[in-house]
Amino acid sequence: MDMLKKFSGSSLFLPVVALSVLLIFNTLFVDGFLTIQMTEDGHLYGRLVDILNRSCSLIILALGMTFVIATSGIDISVGAVVAISAAVVCTLIGGRGDGVAEMPMSVAMLAAVGVGVLCGMWNGLLVAKFKIQAVVATLILMTAGRGVAQLMTEGQIITVYYKPFEYIAGFLPNMPLPTNIFIALAMVLLVAVLMKKTSIGLFVQSVGINPTAARYAGINVTMVIFLVYAFSGLCAGVSGLIESSLIRAADANNAGLNMEMDAILAVALGGTLLSGGKFYVGGSVIGAITIQTLTTTMYALGVSADQLPVVKAAAVIIICLIQSKKAQEMFDKWKASRHSQQKNDNKAVFGKAVKQL
Amino acid sequence: MAQALLEMRHITKEFPGVRALSNVDFTLHAGEIHSLMGENGAGKSTLVKVLTGVYPRDGGTVFLNGKAINPKTPKDAQDCGISTVYQEVNLCSNLTVAENIFIGREPRKFGMIDWQTINQRAAELLAKLDVHIDVTKTLDNYSVALQQMIAIARAVDVDAKILILDEPTSSLNEEETAHLFKIMRQLQKQGLGIIFISHFLDQIYEICDHITVLRNGELVGAYETAKLPRLELIAKMVGKDLNEVKDMDNFAEKSVPSDEVFLDAKGIGAVGKLNEVDVQIHKGEVIGFAGLLGSGRTETAELLFGINEINKGSLSINGKKLHLKNPMNAMEQKIGFCPEDRKLSGIIGDLSVRENIILAMQAKDGILRHIPYEEQVKIADDCIKLLRIKVSSREQLVKNLSGGNQQKVIIARWLATQPDLLILDEPTRGIDVGTKTEIQKMAISLAKQKGMAVVFISSEMDEMVRTCTKLVVMRDRRKVAELTGSDISSDGVMKAIAGGAA
Repeated sequence: MDMLKKFSGSSLFLPVVALSVLLIFNTLFVDGFLTIQMTEDGHLYGRLVDILNRSCSLIILALGMTFVIATSGIDISVGAVVAISAAVVCTLIGGRGDGVAEMPMSVAMLAAVGVGVLCGMWNGLLVAKFKIQAVVATLILMTAGRGVAQLMTEGQIITVYYKPFEYIAGFLPNMPLPTNIFIALAMVLLVAVLMKKTSIGLFVQSVGINPTAARYAGINVTMVIFLVYAFSGLCAGVSGLIESSLIRAADANNAGLNMEMDAILAVALGGTLLSGGKFYVGGSVIGAITIQTLTTTMYALGVSADQLPVVKAAAVIIICLIQSKKAQEMFDKWKASRHSQQKNDNKAVFGKAVKQL
Repeated sequence: MAQALLEMRHITKEFPGVRALSNVDFTLHAGEIHSLMGENGAGKSTLVKVLTGVYPRDGGTVFLNGKAINPKTPKDAQDCGISTVYQEVNLCSNLTVAENIFIGREPRKFGMIDWQTINQRAAELLAKLDVHIDVTKTLDNYSVALQQMIAIARAVDVDAKILILDEPTSSLNEEETAHLFKIMRQLQKQGLGIIFISHFLDQIYEICDHITVLRNGELVGAYETAKLPRLELIAKMVGKDLNEVKDMDNFAEKSVPSDEVFLDAKGIGAVGKLNEVDVQIHKGEVIGFAGLLGSGRTETAELLFGINEINKGSLSINGKKLHLKNPMNAMEQKIGFCPEDRKLSGIIGDLSVRENIILAMQAKDGILRHIPYEEQVKIADDCIKLLRIKVSSREQLVKNLSGGNQQKVIIARWLATQPDLLILDEPTRGIDVGTKTEIQKMAISLAKQKGMAVVFISSEMDEMVRTCTKLVVMRDRRKVAELTGSDISSDGVMKAIAGGAA
């Protein structure tokens, strides 16, 4: 009971409840939702694995976005940076039909992530140093980024036939789970260690809550803001690897399309306020999984891709309402008034009983 | 006695974990100026906020002219005739004076805003308060004092029966305060009930008819000002008996500065902020920067802490010439700085007391050398005990503390870094008498026992005279005099501020 109380007061409570509701709904209405099978080559297979697999790149984006939003900024360029990263890795490995890589895959991957970091640093420079509003600053790369990706791929969709490239978002031989789940896990662990072992959390929150006071306390506000955008770029770079591996191609127009919005939504669902300050990394991760679960559920129920946004929007409204303070207050009030009503009723009944006696 | 204008009975207000008000009564008559007194955290602001509908009350009743009211928003309260002017002027600086007065209730003509009437009526309204300014200019053209008058004009024009003035004088000089009092008396004659909150005892005794004292969220009593001597008032506020209070004023002896120079500034200045200033700060010295608001005292402090870069003159610390580019540079030289505006540049409101205390220390250690949680707890607890910070726990959010305790948290933040020089910019502004004395004594004892150098900046001459061993007097962004020893007196400072000729 004590533990339950502690948990219900924790920041993770509502995100977990939202996800649980979705999962329970799925278990009841989607056939074989919980079934997990193993294929002959030792891979696990099932809807749950599928959800985790498909939510990895969003989880990673949401990690970076969480820090950016905590400094009361926003990064709407991550979708475009995913496209750039995808273009870099695919162009470097090359689309040779005989399945030979033009450059070692590790080099190509490093380069793609590196370019992602550079994109983030560019955003960071604009926001931290030149004090351009975050939306405007990252809008530049959001619109220009896909152009850059087009230039790299020369307007083509580069399809990679080099076999190991599939491994990033697929299964390594004899591994039970797809590789990108491990990548996402590693990123989450990295952030967890950073949060535990460094003061990044304290600094980012201070900057997000009161940048002037943070500066007066000796924090290098410019550097903190610069770093969170660079990290968001890094996350987008890693996501780009997964997204391109998934389709084994670089599609400058569609890779990571609208993913910035999903990433922001994941952070919001996780309980971090868009006004910055306190942030919840765990919440963002759960938020990302929630969004992917929702998508998977809709497909499983036969909702077509065109109609999906409508259903998603409805679900998001409900989740946001559950989490809103105002709604909670209203609920509490309603509960309290019902409670007192009941008491009065009881009293009336009691009074009657006494009179009858 | 005639029926009271306002009666608040058994008011109770609880916040999570704290009972901010319990069973408080307050009565205000028409044509009365009534002061609410109490230490920080006594519940003055909470009572006002309950009255003005900012907070819903948890118990009790409020009667206005004998009729029960229950304002749920500040707008509700205003419609009932309860107007408030806050410490921080909350008008829009980019709108004109007239717009500010009529915002939200603009007179219209054929559906269009009637600018002529607005401007004319605004001018009339201000003229009534003996303020003669161009109402078509934007608000930021005028001083804080005038802005306050404009806020009052607006408050009074909305058919007010009760006017609440929350620390209106904390940023006014004497002349401006006198003007404000004249207006208050005028409004009093018109039958308004005025609730006046201030930390300046002189002002309370000058203007108020009645005093209601609160302590720890409870009513101590309501008194006629004339029948309540000052010391007794203080005793009631802090909850001690008279003799103890008399002791409080018995000040520790001043520190004795050593010959060792810690910081030597020669002709430092920054374009547009400060003209050349010479300051020498010795170890173990409490040095005061005196002068009016905007005279350059805060600007000097900010240069010494690297908030702004020095671009004239030279600065050496411990005999080494330095150029401070940012606060971190100053912190490396073991300088700490409690800024003037603690809300804007001091506290990180949504963080806990513990996090606020260790912040500067952590910034100094760097992002990678994380202070272990157990150590943070120890540092925070030590500071809370040492400075007697009133908190429900060290994890309480700083924004929920009273002003005086917030100030102590920021002082604790710097003491944790063990500075050689601590700059306190208006550390006692908006703080109750008891805490004020505590902070002054602390400044002296830091200098005495630890040999720390302390820069003390304040608008209150008394406390400067009491605490400082040397006074740098500033005017118009330059240093005009330096007083030491027996030259340090209110009179001497006043003369120096007014101009060397006097």
